[in-house]
Amino acid sequence: MPDLHPWEVPRRYDVVVVGGGPAGMAAAVGACEGGAERVLMVDREHEAGGILQQCIHHGFGLHHFKEELTGPGYAQRYLEQVLEHDIDVLTDAYVLDVDTARTVSVLSGRYGRLSVDAGAVVLAMGARERTRQAIRIPGTRPSGVMTAGFAQKLVNVAGYLPGKRVAILGSGDIGLIMARRLVLEGVEVVGVFELMPHANGLTRNVVQCLHDFDVPLHLSTTVVRIHGGERVEKVTVAPVDEALRPRMHEAWDVECDTLLVSIGLIPDNELARTLGVRLDPVTTGPVVSSTMETSRDGVFACGNTVHIHDLVDWVSQESRLAGEGAGAHASGRRQAHDNVRLVPGTNVRSCVPHTITTEREHTVYLRVTKSLAPCTLRLGDVYERPLRYVVPGEMVTVKVRPRFLESFHGGALRVDVVPREEAGA
Amino acid sequence: MSETSHYLCINCPLGCRLEVDAAGDEVVEVRGNACKRGVEFARQEHSDPRRMVTTTVAISGAPLARLPVATAEALPKDRVVDLCRALHQLRLQAPVAIGDVVMADALGTGVDVVATRSLERA
Repeated sequence: MPDLHPWEVPRRYDVVVVGGGPAGMAAAVGACEGGAERVLMVDREHEAGGILQQCIHHGFGLHHFKEELTGPGYAQRYLEQVLEHDIDVLTDAYVLDVDTARTVSVLSGRYGRLSVDAGAVVLAMGARERTRQAIRIPGTRPSGVMTAGFAQKLVNVAGYLPGKRVAILGSGDIGLIMARRLVLEGVEVVGVFELMPHANGLTRNVVQCLHDFDVPLHLSTTVVRIHGGERVEKVTVAPVDEALRPRMHEAWDVECDTLLVSIGLIPDNELARTLGVRLDPVTTGPVVSSTMETSRDGVFACGNTVHIHDLVDWVSQESRLAGEGAGAHASGRRQAHDNVRLVPGTNVRSCVPHTITTEREHTVYLRVTKSLAPCTLRLGDVYERPLRYVVPGEMVTVKVRPRFLESFHGGALRVDVVPREEAGA
Repeated sequence: MSETSHYLCINCPLGCRLEVDAAGDEVVEVRGNACKRGVEFARQEHSDPRRMVTTTVAISGAPLARLPVATAEALPKDRVVDLCRALHQLRLQAPVAIGDVVMADALGTGVDVVATRSLERA
């Protein structure tokens, strides 16, 4: 909204969406579909789209748009929908605070400090990357140690290379994709080091990002020391035992000027915490209802702020729902209350949403603790479905239909993923 | 006559280790696959491995320094690095629209390279 002057920024919106990434964009569109007339989306970057803008590779949109898009392509498609819905987009702006009366304090590069009252708020701040500090790698503190996602932004958006000889710790998809990106930009990638005995990213990425370019993948190996004064000079790596303890007598040095860490994401929940929203200790994101409402009335949450997704398509789907809930809330429409709590059981690490209602159909997203193939997903004793495989790195989605719950009268429904033989026993 | 090569199937997280018996490009037998998609993958990967390529190209006059681009179709795998080198020589000028061809018939492969986002003039 380039023509707005400070005194023209409305002081009241039906729905304010915090964050303009994939979750925020879908929530803003969802809010309009849920009945909101005035919707504001706030983003701290210069343009909306979030992390998608730096994810220039393919793999986005197969479920949502039924075609394979790049990150920027997906962002642009979604942003067009945002603009079609006449949503106000405030970029270069940061939400400082949301209070329990749903007054949103915004610091804007263009308009200064603003205070906006919202009928409903959607938290869609996404996630942050875990850093070197999160796993306490010993050694010096030279420049050249950074997260893989930050390096991705440097290379793909700003046009800088992070170094000339790069080691990567962690084999999540971002780490693997950055290995290929750097090789294609003429950087030497000396190796990817992974603490676990298996790669964390998709097999597709192991093959197409590492094998294709002969980048070595060292499994059950981690970085135990960083060396260098002004700049990284080398890292010491060591294999680990079954308890993941480094075997220091087998350690070796790897010369490099850059270390990328790709060791996972943490939901960004500063705002949720100050708001006093109940958080799930496993996902570290808010506990949410079937409409993605948090424990604070009229405050909704979606996307990586709630739980870490591996496909943006599911972020869009979940966030649309959160937006619809927020739109309905702002319009004073109430939906059926949740009456069933989902309880993660055997081999289930987390379930989102945390509660559902027997009145509507729901999509439940769950993460397993360990890999199984083949196996069976069970909801209490009311429903079961065979699955070819489950792996911790891939979220499982399950549609829960009202008819599954016709004969269910309890308050808590256990979700288990068990080996095929045990099912029905 | 036939030789055995190994591929890792990328269709799903099972990551089947495929053993392919082939006489030249002719695939005779595929083993180790859990489903039929593995056979299809092994045939393609053995006879004509191709990759979609995504990279960036320098652009001036835009709010960003780089324009993300992609091949419109998959390119023979052994041309990927050459293509990126060729794209590094390009210097584009904003504005660019999503889908604009930034390099036609790249390296004579018949594959176009297109912009994957629009960039207005800054």
